[in-house]
Amino acid sequence: MYTSAMQAQIKKIETARGKHTEPPRKSADEKNKLLAAFHPDYQAASFATLQVGPNAGEKAPIELAEQLHSNSRLYTDGALTPIDLNAAPHYDTDVLIIGGGGAGMAAAIEAHHAGARVAIVTKLRMGDANSMMAEGGIQAADKANDSPAQHYLDAFGGGHYKAKPELLKRLVLDGPGAIDWLTNLGVLFDREADGTMVTHHGGGTSRKRMHACADYTGAEITRVLRDEVQSLGIPCIEYTSAIELLLDESGYIGGAVLMNMLTHQIEIARCKSLILATGGAGRMHYNGFPTSNHYGATADGLVLAYRAGARLLYQDALQYHPTGVAYPVQLFGALVTEKVRALGAGLYNTQGEAFIHPLETRDVVSAAIMRECTESRGIAVGEATAVWLDSPNIERIHGDGHIEQHLPGMLRMFMNYDIDMRRTPILVYPTLHYQNGGIEIEPNGATPNIPNLYVAGEAVGGIHGRNRLMGNSLLDVIVFGRLTGKNAAAQAHKSTKTKNALHLQHILDHAQSLKKAGLNTSKISPLLLPNYARNSSL
Amino acid sequence: MSTNIVTVHFDGKAYNVPADLTIMTAMEYAGFRLVRGCGCRHGFCGACGTAYRIKGESRVHFALACQTQVQADMYVATLPFFPLNRKDYRLEELTSEHNTMRSLFPEIFGCIACNSCTKSCTRGLFVMQYIAYAKRNDLAAGAHASFDCVACGICSARCPADISHAPVGLLMRRLTGKYLTPPAAHNQQRTAEIESGDHEAELNNLMNLSRGEITALYNTREMEV
Repeated sequence: MYTSAMQAQIKKIETARGKHTEPPRKSADEKNKLLAAFHPDYQAASFATLQVGPNAGEKAPIELAEQLHSNSRLYTDGALTPIDLNAAPHYDTDVLIIGGGGAGMAAAIEAHHAGARVAIVTKLRMGDANSMMAEGGIQAADKANDSPAQHYLDAFGGGHYKAKPELLKRLVLDGPGAIDWLTNLGVLFDREADGTMVTHHGGGTSRKRMHACADYTGAEITRVLRDEVQSLGIPCIEYTSAIELLLDESGYIGGAVLMNMLTHQIEIARCKSLILATGGAGRMHYNGFPTSNHYGATADGLVLAYRAGARLLYQDALQYHPTGVAYPVQLFGALVTEKVRALGAGLYNTQGEAFIHPLETRDVVSAAIMRECTESRGIAVGEATAVWLDSPNIERIHGDGHIEQHLPGMLRMFMNYDIDMRRTPILVYPTLHYQNGGIEIEPNGATPNIPNLYVAGEAVGGIHGRNRLMGNSLLDVIVFGRLTGKNAAAQAHKSTKTKNALHLQHILDHAQSLKKAGLNTSKISPLLLPNYARNSSL
Repeated sequence: MSTNIVTVHFDGKAYNVPADLTIMTAMEYAGFRLVRGCGCRHGFCGACGTAYRIKGESRVHFALACQTQVQADMYVATLPFFPLNRKDYRLEELTSEHNTMRSLFPEIFGCIACNSCTKSCTRGLFVMQYIAYAKRNDLAAGAHASFDCVACGICSARCPADISHAPVGLLMRRLTGKYLTPPAAHNQQRTAEIESGDHEAELNNLMNLSRGEITALYNTREMEV
């Protein structure tokens, strides 16, 4: 358990607790200086320059660049694996959705209701996705003192004024409707007796617009969507990953090459429109960080789309969630929801000083924690360093039982290791949480240059600019999931191009570009799953 | 990683692993590259339901592999999948009336109150109680009692009455959310305003501001206390 030195620090926090120790919010200048000095996005060593493809010359995280500089699984020794792409396909559908998380499922439901034949392909099980792990909440400007414009301002400024305005407009305008849609599907939001939504702040919000389902918000939304998808009879092809996209003769999306994750059998899926909802990249462990992400978060969609000719946007903007678990080691990197800070827990260093306002935007809070640890005001825990998150302050403010009622997942996670967060502060350090960037899309959710290819969820770049606010990801998953589902279905109805020949010429072109750039790689991508097996040659 | 080594048995075969690992990371340390039985790795998805017994003890334990530290002489069997009898339904065609749970999940009345479900729950829930709530159609109580369920399926593997507990809890929650909670008037009002286009102009004005103007607006915005 906590050492006596740690206990002494906790004593200092207990003394400070409740005595108006919350630091003031920082000015724009102060924030910029803090970020430039301590946030990994601002350190050149975190990045490599892309040598090939639509974003050649731009920077990307080193591990992502390596994936983009690798060859297809279907390319060996200068040739494509012989597969008859135009034989009778294993799956033939109007709308093919890659990814069984929140965005993919929301898209599937809307495409189905629009009359399209839909299928979802997912690498592990339906719902094995970051959506399932989103804890703290979902934003929507639906209270009297709030407005979509206020939501826009918070998100635009929090994202360093880099969001694509039309995408952000869509996000905030469709927010209240997304909550209504979910409520009608039976999602159990936290409510007052009269039905009023219980809402909180998140980092960087100027209004309390965070709707939540205790600290299982994403899990509750995702399991309801999964139940709905299954009840609608939408085919869900599990343990199957997409390993390449297929284009047709006129450059339209035409399907995907699939691989069974258990048997490694290759299959072909043909479609009229395709939605990439492949999620994030935490399991790439950029900069050596632990991650709060699920096992399959390996940027597959970015790799596939890039090879097919789609552009990325802000692929160099990553989100380190300020409060990953630093102790116990068994939970290293797991998420401690921002709701803990929204409910009143402050951040303290070894000196018992509250060193940052706990509800600055995530990038700023993370940079502040890294500063404390770099400047020797962090707590050494094993090989890691950490700061204190003063969870007991929640019950000091809101009364006994508040944590059990509103943070049951967090309480259980720590109690498993005999740490009672109601009584003692917990140890945290930033964890790799979200890719702020991704594949560039138009306001209708489609990629600009590959007709009928749509993207939704974390795989999209541009909705949030260079830093996402808490609760805007679950929202974009629902808003852009639904939007792309509707638009992909409409596009499929219009399409008469079903029988055009499919090809993988872009794989050969990509291999050629790699050679030309002098990158004689033997590596293949996408990664699909991280390799955590010790001494494994698999 | 701890230098203290313990012996753990996966599917009956012994492996020596550092004592501070979880069951899941110990399997990876032992050399397994997981595809099944591994999802979120943080206790939310229910992919890694696991049974174990400590050598010499009669009691069988159940846990999530990602949330449980290894112990010496642990015999581990993972249960990545268990067939559950979920039902297809249209929520809008159901009611919160008495016969919904009964007609979709009649097997809940076969419960013999052995409480094996509760004893095996990897999340420590009072599972038998939420099944009892389903039997008497107390949907709101069942919704809250089952709320932390991650659908690992262990309880259903243990149930002598062949009940599929997770789908029962899920339907109670969905019915409670849809039918037993008053509408959020503020949400309905805002949604209607947006549909009428009331918020377009204000947003377009923001979008037309110069970088300097919107920066000033952001930096001086009023924060709700």
